[in-house]
Amino acid sequence: MDDRPKCLIIACGALAKEIVTLQRQLGLPDDAVTLQCLPADFHNTPNKIAPAVESILKNKRRDFDIVLVGYGECGTGGALDAVLKKYNATRLPHAHCYEFFSGSALFEEIIEEEIGSFFLTDYLVKNFDRLVVTGLGLDRYPHLRDAYFSNYKNVVYLAQIEDPVLKQKAADAADRLGLKLVYKYAGYGDLAVAIESTAKGVAPNYGQFHVRR
Amino acid sequence: MSDDEIILNDLNDGDLVEQMKDDLYDGMAKEVHEGTQILLDRGWDANQILSDALVEGMRIVGIDFRDGILFVPEVLQCADAMKGGMGLLRPILAESENSASTGTYVIGTVKGDIHDIGKNLVGMMLEGAGFEVIDLGINNPVENYLEAIDKHRPNILGMSALLTTTMPYMGVVIEELDKRGILKELPVMVGGAPLNQEFADAINATSYGRDAAMSAELAKALVGKNS
Repeated sequence: MDDRPKCLIIACGALAKEIVTLQRQLGLPDDAVTLQCLPADFHNTPNKIAPAVESILKNKRRDFDIVLVGYGECGTGGALDAVLKKYNATRLPHAHCYEFFSGSALFEEIIEEEIGSFFLTDYLVKNFDRLVVTGLGLDRYPHLRDAYFSNYKNVVYLAQIEDPVLKQKAADAADRLGLKLVYKYAGYGDLAVAIESTAKGVAPNYGQFHVRR
Repeated sequence: MSDDEIILNDLNDGDLVEQMKDDLYDGMAKEVHEGTQILLDRGWDANQILSDALVEGMRIVGIDFRDGILFVPEVLQCADAMKGGMGLLRPILAESENSASTGTYVIGTVKGDIHDIGKNLVGMMLEGAGFEVIDLGINNPVENYLEAIDKHRPNILGMSALLTTTMPYMGVVIEELDKRGILKELPVMVGGAPLNQEFADAINATSYGRDAAMSAELAKALVGKNS
């Protein structure tokens, strides 16, 4: 009988690939963690996040010893934290994925330097057309670009992996928004810390950690 | 021209107003502009066009946005359409003897936040409700609000924030107003996507505007001009 603690990660779909990558870097067997993702499109409709997380926790919380919710506060206005308190679950630190990838110090430095910073991650670069262009209706109403972005100056690409193809896509995205690209390699940041900590709880003997932060 | 194209000038007043609300809902700025001009040509009062066609149209948009039927891009299209009509009405209203202002409303996005779409929608609805709107723009520290209050003597102060990280600054501003004895005389409204009534209560705001249309209604109520 498997007596390892059971772990559930409920995450934003935008983090799925990164979480699986980190699990593998940590040497965790695939069945050590149950990963359930919610649509990354909730990025544009944060009011849907807390009810969706609660729906999963309501059905599954009792089946797991550890629950990590792979979201930041993500604009839920405290609703997500209220759900997590109710079900004794924890989430990733910070307000948004931008901050837990970059870490607070770098994030504050970027904002201090230019408050008009529009952030992209690997996922957002890959899915820029769907989440930003279509999500904001710029495919249907291109003239709305200035209504959304006139207060921004830079697109800040916080890269999780160093990939020239993604960097070029980020440059194209910045160009499309009429903004300057600022590239920062961030790695996995505090997401790696959270997954590592979860891994220790699930499988303390899997100690061969090679997490690239 | 297709067979089913509607000739606005052929419609009677009642049908035209209904059509303008539909056109506004569909984001058709040119048609809303045309309908507004037709009603003006027919001798309609600018205030009545504003309230019956434009503001009422945006009120419906606000409800459908709240209920998840319309989304931000569509609402922005509607706002553009409303601007199409407002462009004609604004100069007339400014010159009209009947254009007694509902009140003065100072509005701005708080420090650390550069998002202004919601604030701009609220400003437009307030203008439609007859307020003189003083827009402070984005990223406002408390000093900007204090200066504007001193200069414009508003009936209401409104603050907007889109980020969870910036919304607490509204509380900082309200605390400062309280310290200076301003809060007991100046109602403060707050709004923005991550806010809710509970947060507004916690920071001692006078009221919470859930959406642009509701904010305009609340503002009118606060100055005692809710009809």
